Amino acid sequence: MNRRKIIEENIFRFLSGFATYSLIAVLAFIIVIIFVKGFNALSLDMITKTPSGGYYYGGEGGVLNAIVGSLYIAMGATLISIFIGMPAALYLNVHLIRKKRIQNTIRYFLDTLWGIPSIVYGAFGFILMLYLGMNASLIAGIITVALLITPIMVRTFDEVLSTIPKGLHEASLALGSTNAETAFKIMFKQGFSGFITAVLLAFGRGIGDAASVLFTAGYTDLIPINLDEPAATLPLAIFFQLGSPIPEVRERAFAAAAILTIIILIISLAARFISKRYSRTNIK
Amino acid sequence: MLFKRILFDKIMGAWMVIALGTILLLPFVIGVGLYIKSAPLFQHQDIWHLIGTSEWLPHEGKFGFWPFIASSIYVTLIAFIFAAPVCLLSAVYLTQFSSPRLMRVMHPVIDILAGLPSVIYGVWGILVIVPFVSNILAPAFNTTSSGYSIFAGGIVLAVMCVPYILNMLIEVFNTVPIGLKEASLSLGATFWESVKHVVIKKSYPGIISAFGLGIAKAFGETIAVMMVVGNMVQTKFNPFEGGYPLPALIANNYGEMLSIPLYDSALMFAALLLFVIILIINLVFRYFIYKTGER
Repeated sequence: MNRRKIIEENIFRFLSGFATYSLIAVLAFIIVIIFVKGFNALSLDMITKTPSGGYYYGGEGGVLNAIVGSLYIAMGATLISIFIGMPAALYLNVHLIRKKRIQNTIRYFLDTLWGIPSIVYGAFGFILMLYLGMNASLIAGIITVALLITPIMVRTFDEVLSTIPKGLHEASLALGSTNAETAFKIMFKQGFSGFITAVLLAFGRGIGDAASVLFTAGYTDLIPINLDEPAATLPLAIFFQLGSPIPEVRERAFAAAAILTIIILIISLAARFISKRYSRTNIK
Repeated sequence: MLFKRILFDKIMGAWMVIALGTILLLPFVIGVGLYIKSAPLFQHQDIWHLIGTSEWLPHEGKFGFWPFIASSIYVTLIAFIFAAPVCLLSAVYLTQFSSPRLMRVMHPVIDILAGLPSVIYGVWGILVIVPFVSNILAPAFNTTSSGYSIFAGGIVLAVMCVPYILNMLIEVFNTVPIGLKEASLSLGATFWESVKHVVIKKSYPGIISAFGLGIAKAFGETIAVMMVVGNMVQTKFNPFEGGYPLPALIANNYGEMLSIPLYDSALMFAALLLFVIILIINLVFRYFIYKTGER
């Protein structure tokens, strides 16, 4: 009897350990495959040139248009989502601090919004675009991506704000500050590391999302100059080039995938580093 | 001075309320917008007819969504079968067996897996999973397959869901009071027995919710699945053949949707369907989580 217990224990200890380490292995596998395949075709031209005439038949050029387009869209969307998301998160944690029930209901809705797939946002963005009489353009892409990343931003920032000790909040109010002063001068400062994490997370999501910009941002070989011009994005560049029957174009899709992965890894590392750096000066 | 401060407070307060209100209104606006756009379709056929039939001939005005819904369910199911046990075991290991050091390594791993864009998973699927299915797995089952199949979609989707489900499971297991487990251990149970009979039992609603939300996430995933799933309209239940999930339908046909009558309504109806299904799953399971969190 006792032996069976021990055998069962060991089997499950092994299985669960195996599951965990295999996850680390899968991540390493994905990144190694993308990099090995991508670096074969990666050259300076890829990141410094826009596609020239025969690019889609294997000719000269690069994906600069897509890199710049993606950065524009992600940055614009992040700016909008800061403008809407930051005050919303602060309101949730300053004005509603004593109304636990309302707070939880709002968080419940925000989490649900987070779960809605980006293709639905894309379809909605498309409807909005038709309704406003716009064409597929940079601004339509920015608005759609902003809708997608705002709930993420609010919830991430809110998660950090909600851990701030209540005493700090009360001390600020006791000294006679208004709610807005408490929000911006105390809570925002104390939760700044969380704010940076939220911004970078939202930015990363914005740069990597393809389904939402598919309808709304269009695709072009030029770098967009005005907000009403269409813009290429990196995920879509990868997707379209992979669909090509010409091997060289497919190779370039792998290179573009490597570029996108590097950008995402940099954002992810930066988020960790910066949030650590800024949370050092917090009042505990 | 005081007047200026109060004015600042009022303006900022208004800005905050408007911002929060805008975000909370979003799901309603999305729902209504999609409904209005898909409404012309309902005038010709009723909803159940649309969902239940499998004839897809846009040029003749026949829109049967069943093949797409079936594909979506099938791919999601395969993903779930692969992802669920791995996540459960891994979460048990990380919270009950391993040292906190492994947890510190695992956090960035989960974050990066969750942060990788879906198109990267698609590229990986094309490079690894698709050849694997067509060269190794299909011959092993005595069939042939191009590799672009439901099964490949399922595996890619499984990898994509893992960080999402695992993260929630770790949180769920961490809320189980440590005293409960220690009581079980002190009565002579082994670690695994304590996990099986105490930790998992105690966090049952949380586990179900994490799985449910994982399913919702898998159901709406677009680009990665679309790249490996083959995009073929069919209702045969062979995992080595291509399928055509709902999100892929929307993403693949946006170009021609304004040229065929009612086609745009049909695609918007697909989006509405996706939205409603995922919203309901999310609302139900999140409610579960909040209820257990309050206790």
